[in-house]
Amino acid sequence: MAEREKESRVKGRRGKGGSVLPGFGLSMGFAMTYLSLIVLFPLSMIFLEAAAFDWRSFRDVILDPRVVASFRISFLTAFLAAAVNAFFGLLVAWVLVRYRFPGRRLIDGLVDLPFALPTAVAGIALTTLYAENGWVGGLLKELGIKVSFTPLGITVALVFIGLPFVVRTVQPVLEELETEVEEAAVLLGARRLQVFFRVILPGLLPSLLTGFALAFARGLGEYGSVVFISGNMPMKTEIVPLLIMTKLEQFDYPGATAIAAVMLIVSFLLLLVINVLQWQASRRVISD
Amino acid sequence: MNSKVSALPDARTQEQPRHLAEPAAVRWLLIGIALVFLGLVLVLPLLVVFAEAFRKGLAVYWAAVSEPDALSALQLTVLTAAIVVPLNTLFGLAAAWAMTKFQFRGKQVLVTLIDLPFAISPVIAGLIFVLLFGTRGVFGPLLEAVHFKIIFAFPGIVLATLFVTFPFVARELLPLMQTQGSAEEEAAASMGATGWQIFWRVTLPNIKWGLLYGMILCNARAMGEFGAVSVVSGHIRGQTNTLPLHVEILYNEYQFAASFAVASILVFLAFVTLVVKHVVERKHKTQSI
Repeated sequence: MAEREKESRVKGRRGKGGSVLPGFGLSMGFAMTYLSLIVLFPLSMIFLEAAAFDWRSFRDVILDPRVVASFRISFLTAFLAAAVNAFFGLLVAWVLVRYRFPGRRLIDGLVDLPFALPTAVAGIALTTLYAENGWVGGLLKELGIKVSFTPLGITVALVFIGLPFVVRTVQPVLEELETEVEEAAVLLGARRLQVFFRVILPGLLPSLLTGFALAFARGLGEYGSVVFISGNMPMKTEIVPLLIMTKLEQFDYPGATAIAAVMLIVSFLLLLVINVLQWQASRRVISD
Repeated sequence: MNSKVSALPDARTQEQPRHLAEPAAVRWLLIGIALVFLGLVLVLPLLVVFAEAFRKGLAVYWAAVSEPDALSALQLTVLTAAIVVPLNTLFGLAAAWAMTKFQFRGKQVLVTLIDLPFAISPVIAGLIFVLLFGTRGVFGPLLEAVHFKIIFAFPGIVLATLFVTFPFVARELLPLMQTQGSAEEEAAASMGATGWQIFWRVTLPNIKWGLLYGMILCNARAMGEFGAVSVVSGHIRGQTNTLPLHVEILYNEYQFAASFAVASILVFLAFVTLVVKHVVERKHKTQSI
Protein backbone atom coordinates (compact mmCIF):
# COMPACT_ATOMS: atom_id res chain seq x y z
CA MET A 1 0.00 0.00 0.00
CA ALA A 2 2.76 2.36 0.96
CA GLU A 3 4.53 1.46 -2.22
CA ARG A 4 1.44 2.26 -4.21
CA GLU A 5 1.14 5.64 -2.61
CA LYS A 6 4.74 6.44 -3.25
CA GLU A 7 4.33 5.45 -6.85
CA SER A 8 1.25 7.56 -7.29
CA ARG A 9 3.06 10.51 -5.79
CA VAL A 10 5.86 10.05 -8.28
CA LYS A 11 3.53 9.56 -11.23
CA GLY A 12 1.21 12.28 -10.04
CA ARG A 13 3.95 14.83 -10.43
CA ARG A 14 3.10 17.14 -13.25
CA GLY A 15 5.35 16.12 -16.09
CA LYS A 16 6.07 17.46 -19.54
CA GLY A 17 3.54 19.90 -20.92
CA GLY A 18 1.42 19.77 -17.78
CA SER A 19 0.42 16.13 -18.27
CA VAL A 20 0.22 13.74 -15.34
CA LEU A 21 0.90 10.80 -17.64
CA PRO A 22 4.29 9.11 -17.80
CA GLY A 23 6.24 7.90 -20.76
CA PHE A 24 6.93 11.08 -22.68
CA GLY A 25 10.66 10.52 -22.75
CA LEU A 26 10.44 6.90 -23.81
CA SER A 27 7.76 7.28 -26.49
CA MET A 28 9.12 10.54 -27.88
CA GLY A 29 12.67 9.24 -27.80
CA PHE A 30 11.79 6.06 -29.64
CA ALA A 31 9.57 7.82 -32.17
CA MET A 32 12.18 10.46 -33.00
CA THR A 33 15.02 7.96 -33.25
CA TYR A 34 12.99 5.68 -35.49
CA LEU A 35 11.78 8.57 -37.65
CA SER A 36 15.32 9.81 -38.08
CA LEU A 37 16.77 6.39 -38.89
CA ILE A 38 14.11 5.18 -41.31
CA VAL A 39 12.96 8.40 -42.97
CA LEU A 40 14.94 11.59 -42.32
CA PHE A 41 18.52 10.34 -42.52
CA PRO A 42 17.99 8.21 -45.66
CA LEU A 43 16.03 11.02 -47.30
CA SER A 44 18.74 13.57 -46.58
CA MET A 45 21.01 11.46 -48.80
CA ILE A 46 19.32 12.82 -51.91
CA PHE A 47 20.20 16.39 -50.99
CA LEU A 48 23.68 15.52 -49.74
CA GLU A 49 24.43 13.79 -53.04
CA ALA A 50 22.76 16.51 -55.08
CA ALA A 51 24.77 19.15 -53.22
CA ALA A 52 27.94 17.48 -54.47
CA PHE A 53 26.93 18.53 -57.99
CA ASP A 54 28.22 21.72 -59.49
CA TRP A 55 25.45 23.82 -60.91
CA ARG A 56 26.39 23.32 -64.55
CA SER A 57 26.33 19.52 -64.55
CA PHE A 58 23.14 19.51 -62.46
CA ARG A 59 21.55 21.74 -65.08
CA ASP A 60 22.81 19.51 -67.88
CA VAL A 61 21.12 16.48 -66.33
CA ILE A 62 17.84 18.24 -65.66
CA LEU A 63 17.62 20.07 -69.00
CA ASP A 64 18.43 16.97 -71.02
CA PRO A 65 15.56 16.72 -73.55
CA ARG A 66 14.68 13.20 -72.42
CA VAL A 67 14.43 14.33 -68.78
CA VAL A 68 12.39 17.42 -69.68
CA ALA A 69 10.07 15.25 -71.77
CA SER A 70 9.56 12.82 -68.90
CA PHE A 71 8.70 15.65 -66.52
CA ARG A 72 6.23 17.03 -69.05
CA ILE A 73 4.58 13.62 -69.47
CA SER A 74 4.45 12.96 -65.72
CA PHE A 75 2.95 16.36 -64.91
CA LEU A 76 0.50 16.27 -67.78
CA THR A 77 -0.83 12.77 -67.13
CA ALA A 78 -0.95 13.23 -63.33
CA PHE A 79 -2.82 16.51 -63.76
CA LEU A 80 -5.26 15.02 -66.26
CA ALA A 81 -5.89 11.98 -64.07
CA ALA A 82 -6.41 14.16 -60.98
CA ALA A 83 -8.87 16.30 -62.94
CA VAL A 84 -10.81 13.23 -64.12
CA ASN A 85 -10.82 11.96 -60.53
CA ALA A 86 -11.97 15.30 -59.16
CA PHE A 87 -15.01 15.15 -61.45
CA PHE A 88 -15.89 11.46 -61.16
CA GLY A 89 -14.73 11.23 -57.55
CA LEU A 90 -17.16 13.99 -56.61
CA LEU A 91 -19.88 12.22 -58.57
CA VAL A 92 -19.17 8.89 -56.85
CA ALA A 93 -19.05 10.52 -53.40
CA TRP A 94 -22.31 12.33 -54.16
CA VAL A 95 -24.07 9.18 -55.31
CA LEU A 96 -22.80 7.21 -52.30
CA VAL A 97 -23.82 9.84 -49.75
CA ARG A 98 -27.06 11.19 -51.15
CA TYR A 99 -28.72 8.25 -52.90
CA ARG A 100 -29.84 4.80 -51.85
CA PHE A 101 -29.59 2.00 -54.41
CA PRO A 102 -28.91 -1.73 -54.40
CA GLY A 103 -25.23 -2.57 -54.05
CA ARG A 104 -24.33 0.83 -52.59
CA ARG A 105 -22.45 -0.61 -49.60
CA LEU A 106 -20.50 -2.98 -51.81
CA ILE A 107 -19.47 -0.14 -54.07
CA ASP A 108 -18.58 1.99 -51.09
CA GLY A 109 -16.20 -0.76 -49.96
CA LEU A 110 -14.82 -1.24 -53.45
CA VAL A 111 -13.72 2.40 -53.70
CA ASP A 112 -10.81 1.55 -51.39
CA LEU A 113 -9.57 -1.18 -53.73
CA PRO A 114 -6.75 0.93 -55.19
CA PHE A 115 -5.41 1.43 -51.65
CA ALA A 116 -5.40 -2.32 -51.02
CA LEU A 117 -4.45 -3.75 -54.41
CA PRO A 118 -0.72 -3.97 -55.18
CA THR A 119 0.14 -1.53 -57.96
CA ALA A 120 1.83 -4.19 -60.09
CA VAL A 121 -1.41 -6.19 -60.18
CA ALA A 122 -3.36 -3.08 -61.14
CA GLY A 123 -0.77 -2.43 -63.82
CA ILE A 124 -1.00 -5.78 -65.59
CA ALA A 125 -4.80 -5.92 -65.24
CA LEU A 126 -5.31 -2.44 -66.72
CA THR A 127 -2.83 -3.17 -69.51
CA THR A 128 -4.67 -6.36 -70.48
CA LEU A 129 -8.06 -4.63 -70.25
CA TYR A 130 -7.07 -1.61 -72.32
CA ALA A 131 -4.76 -3.36 -74.80
CA GLU A 132 -5.90 -3.39 -78.42
CA ASN A 133 -7.15 -6.96 -78.04
CA GLY A 134 -8.56 -6.35 -74.55
CA TRP A 135 -12.20 -6.10 -73.49
CA VAL A 136 -12.31 -2.30 -73.41
CA GLY A 137 -9.27 -1.57 -75.57
CA GLY A 138 -10.84 -3.54 -78.44
CA LEU A 139 -13.97 -1.40 -78.36
CA LEU A 140 -11.98 1.81 -78.15
CA LYS A 141 -9.80 0.71 -81.06
CA GLU A 142 -12.86 0.63 -83.28
CA LEU A 143 -13.48 4.24 -82.30
CA GLY A 144 -9.89 4.98 -83.27
CA ILE A 145 -8.72 5.49 -79.70
CA LYS A 146 -5.48 3.85 -78.66
CA VAL A 147 -4.98 3.58 -74.91
CA SER A 148 -2.14 1.23 -74.04
CA PHE A 149 1.39 2.45 -74.77
CA THR A 150 0.18 6.07 -75.03
CA PRO A 151 -0.03 8.94 -72.51
CA LEU A 152 -3.75 8.14 -72.34
CA GLY A 153 -2.86 4.71 -70.94
CA ILE A 154 -0.71 6.33 -68.25
CA THR A 155 -3.65 8.56 -67.39
CA VAL A 156 -5.98 5.55 -67.08
CA ALA A 157 -3.58 3.90 -64.61
CA LEU A 158 -3.32 7.12 -62.60
CA VAL A 159 -7.10 7.49 -62.53
CA PHE A 160 -7.28 4.04 -60.93
CA ILE A 161 -4.60 4.92 -58.36
CA GLY A 162 -5.97 8.35 -57.47
CA LEU A 163 -9.72 7.72 -57.29
CA PRO A 164 -10.03 6.86 -53.57
CA PHE A 165 -8.09 9.98 -52.58
CA VAL A 166 -10.82 12.23 -53.98
CA VAL A 167 -13.79 10.09 -52.90
CA ARG A 168 -12.52 9.59 -49.35
CA THR A 169 -11.67 13.26 -48.89
CA VAL A 170 -14.96 14.59 -50.25
CA GLN A 171 -17.29 11.92 -48.82
CA PRO A 172 -17.01 12.77 -45.08
CA VAL A 173 -17.41 16.49 -45.79
CA LEU A 174 -20.47 15.82 -47.90
CA GLU A 175 -21.91 13.66 -45.14
CA GLU A 176 -21.52 16.41 -42.57
CA LEU A 177 -22.72 19.20 -44.81
CA GLU A 178 -25.59 21.00 -43.09
CA THR A 179 -28.78 20.79 -45.08
CA GLU A 180 -30.14 23.93 -43.42
CA VAL A 181 -28.34 26.16 -45.89
CA GLU A 182 -29.76 24.14 -48.75
CA GLU A 183 -33.22 24.48 -47.20
CA ALA A 184 -32.76 28.24 -46.98
CA ALA A 185 -31.66 28.42 -50.59
CA VAL A 186 -34.71 26.46 -51.68
CA LEU A 187 -36.97 28.73 -49.65
CA LEU A 188 -35.41 31.72 -51.35
CA GLY A 189 -36.43 30.18 -54.66
CA ALA A 190 -33.16 28.67 -55.87
CA ARG A 191 -33.43 25.86 -58.35
CA ARG A 192 -31.65 22.58 -57.64
CA LEU A 193 -28.77 23.29 -59.99
CA GLN A 194 -28.30 26.73 -58.46
CA VAL A 195 -28.29 25.17 -55.00
CA PHE A 196 -25.59 22.78 -56.11
CA PHE A 197 -23.31 25.34 -57.72
CA ARG A 198 -23.89 28.21 -55.30
CA VAL A 199 -24.34 26.41 -51.98
CA ILE A 200 -23.06 22.84 -52.02
CA LEU A 201 -20.03 23.11 -54.30
CA PRO A 202 -18.41 26.04 -52.43
CA GLY A 203 -18.68 24.01 -49.23
CA LEU A 204 -17.04 21.02 -50.87
CA LEU A 205 -14.37 22.96 -52.72
CA PRO A 206 -11.57 22.80 -50.10
CA SER A 207 -11.95 19.04 -49.73
CA LEU A 208 -12.24 18.60 -53.48
CA LEU A 209 -9.04 20.58 -54.00
CA THR A 210 -7.32 18.54 -51.29
CA GLY A 211 -8.42 15.32 -52.98
CA PHE A 212 -7.20 16.67 -56.31
CA ALA A 213 -3.81 17.58 -54.83
CA LEU A 214 -3.47 14.21 -53.09
CA ALA A 215 -4.31 12.35 -56.29
CA PHE A 216 -1.95 14.57 -58.28
CA ALA A 217 0.92 14.03 -55.81
CA ARG A 218 0.37 10.29 -55.81
CA GLY A 219 0.16 10.24 -59.60
CA LEU A 220 3.47 12.07 -60.04
CA GLY A 221 5.36 9.43 -58.10
CA GLU A 222 3.42 6.36 -59.18
CA TYR A 223 5.46 3.62 -60.78
CA GLY A 224 4.01 0.11 -60.49
CA SER A 225 0.69 0.56 -62.22
CA VAL A 226 2.12 2.76 -64.97
CA VAL A 227 5.16 0.85 -66.25
CA PHE A 228 3.12 -1.92 -67.80
CA ILE A 229 0.57 0.19 -69.65
CA SER A 230 2.86 3.03 -70.72
CA GLY A 231 5.18 1.12 -73.05
CA ASN A 232 8.07 3.20 -71.67
CA MET A 233 9.16 4.90 -74.86
CA PRO A 234 11.69 7.68 -74.19
CA MET A 235 10.34 11.14 -75.10
CA LYS A 236 6.82 9.75 -75.53
CA THR A 237 5.58 7.64 -72.64
CA GLU A 238 8.46 7.65 -70.20
CA ILE A 239 7.49 8.95 -66.76
CA VAL A 240 9.94 10.47 -64.28
CA PRO A 241 10.03 7.55 -61.77
CA LEU A 242 10.80 5.20 -64.64
CA LEU A 243 13.61 7.43 -65.87
CA ILE A 244 15.11 7.39 -62.35
CA MET A 245 14.86 3.60 -62.44
CA THR A 246 16.55 3.46 -65.87
CA LYS A 247 19.41 5.69 -64.71
CA LEU A 248 19.88 3.46 -61.66
CA GLU A 249 20.03 0.35 -63.80
CA GLN A 250 22.73 2.04 -65.88
CA PHE A 251 24.57 2.85 -62.61
CA ASP A 252 24.16 6.56 -63.37
CA TYR A 253 23.65 7.39 -59.70
CA PRO A 254 24.35 11.13 -60.00
CA GLY A 255 21.79 11.41 -62.82
CA ALA A 256 19.17 9.49 -60.86
CA THR A 257 19.85 11.61 -57.77
CA ALA A 258 19.57 14.91 -59.60
CA ILE A 259 16.18 13.99 -61.08
CA ALA A 260 15.04 12.62 -57.72
CA ALA A 261 16.04 15.88 -56.01
CA VAL A 262 13.82 17.87 -58.35
CA MET A 263 10.98 15.39 -57.81
CA LEU A 264 11.40 15.68 -54.04
CA ILE A 265 11.21 19.46 -54.11
CA VAL A 266 8.01 19.22 -56.16
CA SER A 267 6.63 16.69 -53.64
CA PHE A 268 7.48 18.97 -50.71
CA LEU A 269 5.77 21.91 -52.39
CA LEU A 270 2.68 19.77 -53.01
CA LEU A 271 2.74 18.62 -49.39
CA LEU A 272 2.83 22.26 -48.34
CA VAL A 273 -0.12 23.10 -50.59
CA ILE A 274 -2.07 20.11 -49.27
CA ASN A 275 -1.38 21.11 -45.67
CA VAL A 276 -2.54 24.67 -46.29
CA LEU A 277 -5.66 23.38 -48.06
CA GLN A 278 -6.50 21.04 -45.22
CA TRP A 279 -5.80 23.70 -42.65
CA GLN A 280 -8.35 25.83 -44.44
CA ALA A 281 -10.76 22.95 -44.91
CA SER A 282 -10.93 22.01 -41.27
CA ARG A 283 -9.45 23.31 -38.07
CA ARG A 284 -9.77 19.89 -36.55
CA VAL A 285 -6.12 19.15 -37.10
CA ILE A 286 -3.83 18.26 -34.24
CA SER A 287 -2.55 21.61 -33.12
CA ASP A 288 -0.23 22.84 -30.44
CA MET B 1 -2.20 15.28 -45.59
CA ASN B 2 -3.71 15.72 -42.24
CA SER B 3 -7.19 14.39 -42.50
CA LYS B 4 -7.67 10.69 -42.56
CA VAL B 5 -8.14 9.40 -46.07
CA SER B 6 -10.56 6.70 -45.17
CA ALA B 7 -14.28 6.18 -45.12
CA LEU B 8 -16.30 7.33 -42.19
CA PRO B 9 -19.13 5.15 -41.04
CA ASP B 10 -22.43 6.03 -42.64
CA ALA B 11 -23.78 9.15 -41.03
CA ARG B 12 -26.99 9.18 -43.02
CA THR B 13 -29.34 6.30 -43.29
CA GLN B 14 -32.14 8.10 -45.01
CA GLU B 15 -32.66 9.67 -48.35
CA GLN B 16 -32.67 13.42 -48.67
CA PRO B 17 -36.05 15.11 -48.16
CA ARG B 18 -37.88 15.51 -51.45
CA HIS B 19 -37.34 19.22 -51.96
CA LEU B 20 -33.60 18.75 -51.47
CA ALA B 21 -33.35 15.84 -53.88
CA GLU B 22 -32.95 15.65 -57.61
CA PRO B 23 -35.75 14.30 -59.83
CA ALA B 24 -35.68 10.49 -60.08
CA ALA B 25 -34.47 10.58 -63.69
CA VAL B 26 -31.46 12.74 -62.79
CA ARG B 27 -30.77 10.57 -59.78
CA TRP B 28 -30.66 7.37 -61.76
CA LEU B 29 -28.64 9.00 -64.52
CA LEU B 30 -26.00 10.07 -61.99
CA ILE B 31 -25.98 6.64 -60.36
CA GLY B 32 -25.65 5.09 -63.83
CA ILE B 33 -22.69 7.28 -64.80
CA ALA B 34 -20.98 6.57 -61.49
CA LEU B 35 -21.49 2.83 -61.89
CA VAL B 36 -20.20 2.76 -65.47
CA PHE B 37 -17.14 4.75 -64.41
CA LEU B 38 -16.43 2.48 -61.44
CA GLY B 39 -17.03 -0.56 -63.61
CA LEU B 40 -14.46 0.58 -66.17
CA VAL B 41 -11.89 1.65 -63.62
CA LEU B 42 -12.32 -0.77 -60.71
CA VAL B 43 -14.49 -3.79 -61.48
CA LEU B 44 -13.32 -4.83 -64.94
CA PRO B 45 -9.62 -4.85 -63.98
CA LEU B 46 -10.52 -7.22 -61.13
CA LEU B 47 -12.45 -9.51 -63.44
CA VAL B 48 -9.60 -9.49 -65.93
CA VAL B 49 -7.23 -10.85 -63.29
CA PHE B 50 -9.39 -13.89 -62.68
CA ALA B 51 -10.35 -14.39 -66.33
CA GLU B 52 -6.69 -14.42 -67.33
CA ALA B 53 -5.60 -16.49 -64.35
CA PHE B 54 -8.00 -19.32 -65.16
CA ARG B 55 -7.89 -18.95 -68.94
CA LYS B 56 -5.71 -22.03 -69.36
CA GLY B 57 -7.50 -24.06 -66.76
CA LEU B 58 -7.13 -25.01 -63.13
CA ALA B 59 -4.04 -27.15 -63.71
CA VAL B 60 -2.02 -24.24 -65.12
CA TYR B 61 -3.29 -22.00 -62.32
CA TRP B 62 -2.28 -24.48 -59.67
CA ALA B 63 1.11 -25.10 -61.26
CA ALA B 64 1.81 -21.36 -61.33
CA VAL B 65 0.98 -20.72 -57.68
CA SER B 66 2.68 -23.86 -56.37
CA GLU B 67 5.97 -23.79 -58.27
CA PRO B 68 9.05 -23.27 -56.05
CA ASP B 69 9.81 -19.72 -57.25
CA ALA B 70 6.26 -18.61 -56.47
CA LEU B 71 6.36 -20.23 -53.06
CA SER B 72 9.69 -18.67 -52.16
CA ALA B 73 8.35 -15.30 -53.33
CA LEU B 74 5.32 -15.77 -51.08
CA GLN B 75 7.60 -16.72 -48.21
CA LEU B 76 9.75 -13.63 -48.70
CA THR B 77 6.69 -11.40 -48.90
CA VAL B 78 5.20 -12.80 -45.70
CA LEU B 79 8.53 -12.62 -43.89
CA THR B 80 9.04 -8.99 -44.91
CA ALA B 81 5.58 -8.05 -43.68
CA ALA B 82 6.17 -9.97 -40.45
CA ILE B 83 9.15 -7.74 -39.69
CA VAL B 84 7.84 -4.45 -41.06
CA VAL B 85 4.34 -4.39 -39.57
CA PRO B 86 5.36 -4.88 -35.89
CA LEU B 87 8.15 -2.28 -36.15
CA ASN B 88 5.93 0.36 -37.73
CA THR B 89 3.18 -0.48 -35.25
CA LEU B 90 5.57 0.13 -32.37
CA PHE B 91 6.50 3.45 -33.92
CA GLY B 92 2.85 4.38 -34.49
CA LEU B 93 2.00 3.68 -30.86
CA ALA B 94 4.99 5.58 -29.51
CA ALA B 95 4.44 8.57 -31.78
CA ALA B 96 0.71 8.71 -31.04
CA TRP B 97 1.30 8.44 -27.28
CA ALA B 98 3.91 11.23 -27.29
CA MET B 99 1.91 13.49 -29.57
CA THR B 100 -1.58 13.13 -28.13
CA LYS B 101 -0.90 12.80 -24.40
CA PHE B 102 1.58 15.66 -24.13
CA GLN B 103 1.84 19.25 -25.24
CA PHE B 104 4.98 20.50 -26.92
CA ARG B 105 6.06 22.89 -29.64
CA GLY B 106 6.46 21.84 -33.23
CA LYS B 107 3.85 19.11 -33.19
CA GLN B 108 2.50 20.13 -36.59
CA VAL B 109 5.97 19.86 -38.11
CA LEU B 110 6.26 16.35 -36.69
CA VAL B 111 2.91 15.35 -38.22
CA THR B 112 4.15 16.55 -41.60
CA LEU B 113 7.43 14.66 -41.21
CA ILE B 114 5.57 11.44 -40.40
CA ASP B 115 3.53 11.94 -43.58
CA LEU B 116 6.61 12.44 -45.75
CA PRO B 117 6.87 8.86 -47.08
CA PHE B 118 3.34 9.14 -48.50
CA ALA B 119 4.39 12.12 -50.61
CA ILE B 120 7.50 10.52 -52.02
CA SER B 121 7.71 8.32 -55.10
CA PRO B 122 8.39 4.67 -54.22
CA VAL B 123 11.26 4.70 -56.70
CA ILE B 124 12.92 7.50 -54.73
CA ALA B 125 12.30 5.51 -51.54
CA GLY B 126 14.34 2.70 -53.06
CA LEU B 127 16.96 5.09 -54.42
CA ILE B 128 17.82 6.59 -51.03
CA PHE B 129 18.76 3.18 -49.65
CA VAL B 130 20.87 2.44 -52.72
CA LEU B 131 22.69 5.74 -52.11
CA LEU B 132 23.26 4.70 -48.51
CA PHE B 133 24.07 1.02 -48.73
CA GLY B 134 24.76 0.26 -52.41
CA THR B 135 28.28 -0.74 -53.51
CA ARG B 136 28.94 2.91 -54.45
CA GLY B 137 26.92 4.22 -51.52
CA VAL B 138 28.09 5.95 -48.37
CA PHE B 139 28.30 2.75 -46.35
CA GLY B 140 29.08 0.56 -49.38
CA PRO B 141 32.80 0.01 -48.72
CA LEU B 142 32.17 -0.64 -45.02
CA LEU B 143 29.48 -3.23 -45.75
CA GLU B 144 31.70 -4.88 -48.31
CA ALA B 145 34.51 -5.14 -45.76
CA VAL B 146 32.27 -6.97 -43.30
CA HIS B 147 30.64 -9.04 -46.09
CA PHE B 148 27.13 -7.86 -45.35
CA LYS B 149 24.78 -7.16 -48.22
CA ILE B 150 21.82 -4.83 -47.80
CA ILE B 151 21.07 -3.77 -51.36
CA PHE B 152 20.00 -6.61 -53.68
CA ALA B 153 19.35 -8.63 -50.53
CA PHE B 154 16.67 -9.17 -47.89
CA PRO B 155 17.68 -6.30 -45.52
CA GLY B 156 17.26 -3.81 -48.36
CA ILE B 157 13.77 -5.07 -49.11
CA VAL B 158 12.86 -4.70 -45.44
CA LEU B 159 14.28 -1.16 -45.22
CA ALA B 160 12.53 0.05 -48.36
CA THR B 161 9.25 -1.49 -47.19
CA LEU B 162 9.67 0.08 -43.73
CA PHE B 163 10.02 3.45 -45.42
CA VAL B 164 6.97 3.26 -47.68
CA THR B 165 4.66 1.85 -45.00
CA PHE B 166 6.04 4.11 -42.27
CA PRO B 167 3.04 6.44 -41.72
CA PHE B 168 0.13 3.96 -41.82
CA VAL B 169 -0.30 3.04 -38.14
CA ALA B 170 0.61 6.48 -36.78
CA ARG B 171 -1.80 8.05 -39.28
CA GLU B 172 -4.72 5.98 -37.97
CA LEU B 173 -3.88 6.43 -34.29
CA LEU B 174 -3.15 10.17 -34.18
CA PRO B 175 -6.66 11.49 -34.93
CA LEU B 176 -8.27 8.66 -32.96
CA MET B 177 -6.30 9.25 -29.76
CA GLN B 178 -6.61 13.00 -30.20
CA THR B 179 -10.42 12.77 -30.15
CA GLN B 180 -10.44 10.35 -27.24
CA GLY B 181 -8.37 12.73 -25.12
CA SER B 182 -6.54 11.58 -22.03
CA ALA B 183 -9.13 11.93 -19.27
CA GLU B 184 -9.37 8.17 -18.73
CA GLU B 185 -5.61 7.80 -18.63
CA GLU B 186 -5.31 10.68 -16.18
CA ALA B 187 -7.94 9.12 -13.94
CA ALA B 188 -6.02 5.86 -13.96
CA ALA B 189 -2.78 7.68 -13.17
CA SER B 190 -4.35 9.55 -10.26
CA MET B 191 -5.45 6.19 -8.85
CA GLY B 192 -1.89 5.02 -8.95
CA ALA B 193 -1.62 2.98 -12.12
CA THR B 194 1.82 2.75 -13.66
CA GLY B 195 2.48 3.87 -17.19
CA TRP B 196 2.39 0.34 -18.63
CA GLN B 197 -0.79 -0.49 -16.68
CA ILE B 198 -2.44 2.61 -18.12
CA PHE B 199 -1.35 1.69 -21.61
CA TRP B 200 -2.42 -1.97 -21.49
CA ARG B 201 -5.65 -1.58 -19.51
CA VAL B 202 -6.96 1.83 -20.57
CA THR B 203 -5.44 3.08 -23.81
CA LEU B 204 -5.07 -0.15 -25.77
CA PRO B 205 -8.69 -1.34 -25.31
CA ASN B 206 -9.85 2.10 -26.49
CA ILE B 207 -7.78 2.16 -29.65
CA LYS B 208 -7.68 -1.52 -30.59
CA TRP B 209 -9.89 -1.29 -33.68
CA GLY B 210 -8.13 1.76 -35.08
CA LEU B 211 -4.81 0.09 -34.35
CA LEU B 212 -5.88 -3.09 -36.11
CA TYR B 213 -7.01 -1.12 -39.14
CA GLY B 214 -3.72 0.75 -39.34
CA MET B 215 -1.82 -2.53 -39.11
CA ILE B 216 -3.90 -4.07 -41.87
CA LEU B 217 -3.32 -1.12 -44.20
CA CYS B 218 0.38 -1.30 -43.36
CA ASN B 219 0.38 -5.03 -44.07
CA ALA B 220 -1.41 -4.67 -47.41
CA ARG B 221 1.10 -2.10 -48.60
CA ALA B 222 4.04 -4.07 -47.20
CA MET B 223 3.00 -7.18 -49.10
CA GLY B 224 2.12 -5.30 -52.28
CA GLU B 225 4.90 -2.73 -52.54
CA PHE B 226 6.44 -2.79 -55.97
CA GLY B 227 8.44 0.31 -56.94
CA ALA B 228 10.64 0.71 -53.88
CA VAL B 229 11.30 -3.01 -53.54
CA SER B 230 11.99 -3.26 -57.25
CA VAL B 231 14.87 -0.78 -56.91
CA VAL B 232 16.61 -2.56 -54.02
CA SER B 233 15.81 -6.20 -54.70
CA GLY B 234 17.96 -7.11 -57.68
CA HIS B 235 15.26 -9.53 -58.85
CA ILE B 236 17.10 -12.72 -57.97
CA ARG B 237 14.64 -15.57 -58.50
CA GLY B 238 14.06 -17.72 -55.49
CA GLN B 239 16.04 -15.29 -53.34
CA THR B 240 15.04 -11.63 -53.50
CA ASN B 241 11.82 -11.89 -55.46
CA THR B 242 8.69 -10.80 -53.63
CA LEU B 243 5.24 -11.72 -54.94
CA PRO B 244 4.66 -8.44 -56.86
CA LEU B 245 8.11 -8.75 -58.44
CA HIS B 246 7.38 -12.34 -59.36
CA VAL B 247 4.18 -11.18 -61.08
CA GLU B 248 6.23 -8.69 -63.10
CA ILE B 249 8.85 -11.22 -64.14
CA LEU B 250 6.24 -13.74 -65.33
CA TYR B 251 4.37 -11.00 -67.19
CA ASN B 252 7.50 -9.77 -68.94
CA GLU B 253 8.25 -13.37 -69.96
CA TYR B 254 4.82 -13.51 -71.60
CA GLN B 255 3.65 -16.17 -69.15
CA PHE B 256 0.40 -14.27 -68.77
CA ALA B 257 -1.69 -17.04 -67.23
CA ALA B 258 0.95 -17.75 -64.60
CA SER B 259 1.46 -14.04 -63.95
CA PHE B 260 -2.24 -13.44 -63.37
CA ALA B 261 -2.49 -16.61 -61.27
CA VAL B 262 0.13 -15.25 -58.86
CA ALA B 263 -1.54 -11.83 -59.07
CA SER B 264 -4.82 -13.41 -57.99
CA ILE B 265 -3.21 -14.29 -54.64
CA LEU B 266 -2.53 -10.59 -54.15
CA VAL B 267 -6.09 -9.73 -55.18
CA PHE B 268 -7.28 -12.15 -52.54
CA LEU B 269 -5.08 -10.33 -50.03
CA ALA B 270 -6.64 -7.02 -51.10
CA PHE B 271 -10.13 -8.48 -50.58
CA VAL B 272 -9.21 -9.63 -47.08
CA THR B 273 -7.93 -6.12 -46.36
CA LEU B 274 -11.16 -4.53 -47.57
CA VAL B 275 -13.33 -6.96 -45.61
CA VAL B 276 -11.37 -6.44 -42.38
CA LYS B 277 -11.57 -2.70 -42.94
CA HIS B 278 -15.33 -2.99 -43.24
CA VAL B 279 -15.61 -5.11 -40.07
CA VAL B 280 -13.32 -2.78 -38.13
CA GLU B 281 -15.34 0.24 -39.16
CA ARG B 282 -18.57 -1.39 -38.02
CA LYS B 283 -17.04 -2.46 -34.70
CA HIS B 284 -15.75 1.03 -34.28
CA LYS B 285 -19.17 2.51 -34.96
CA THR B 286 -20.99 0.25 -32.50
CA GLN B 287 -18.25 0.87 -29.95
CA SER B 288 -18.49 4.63 -30.22
CA ILE B 289 -22.27 4.50 -29.94
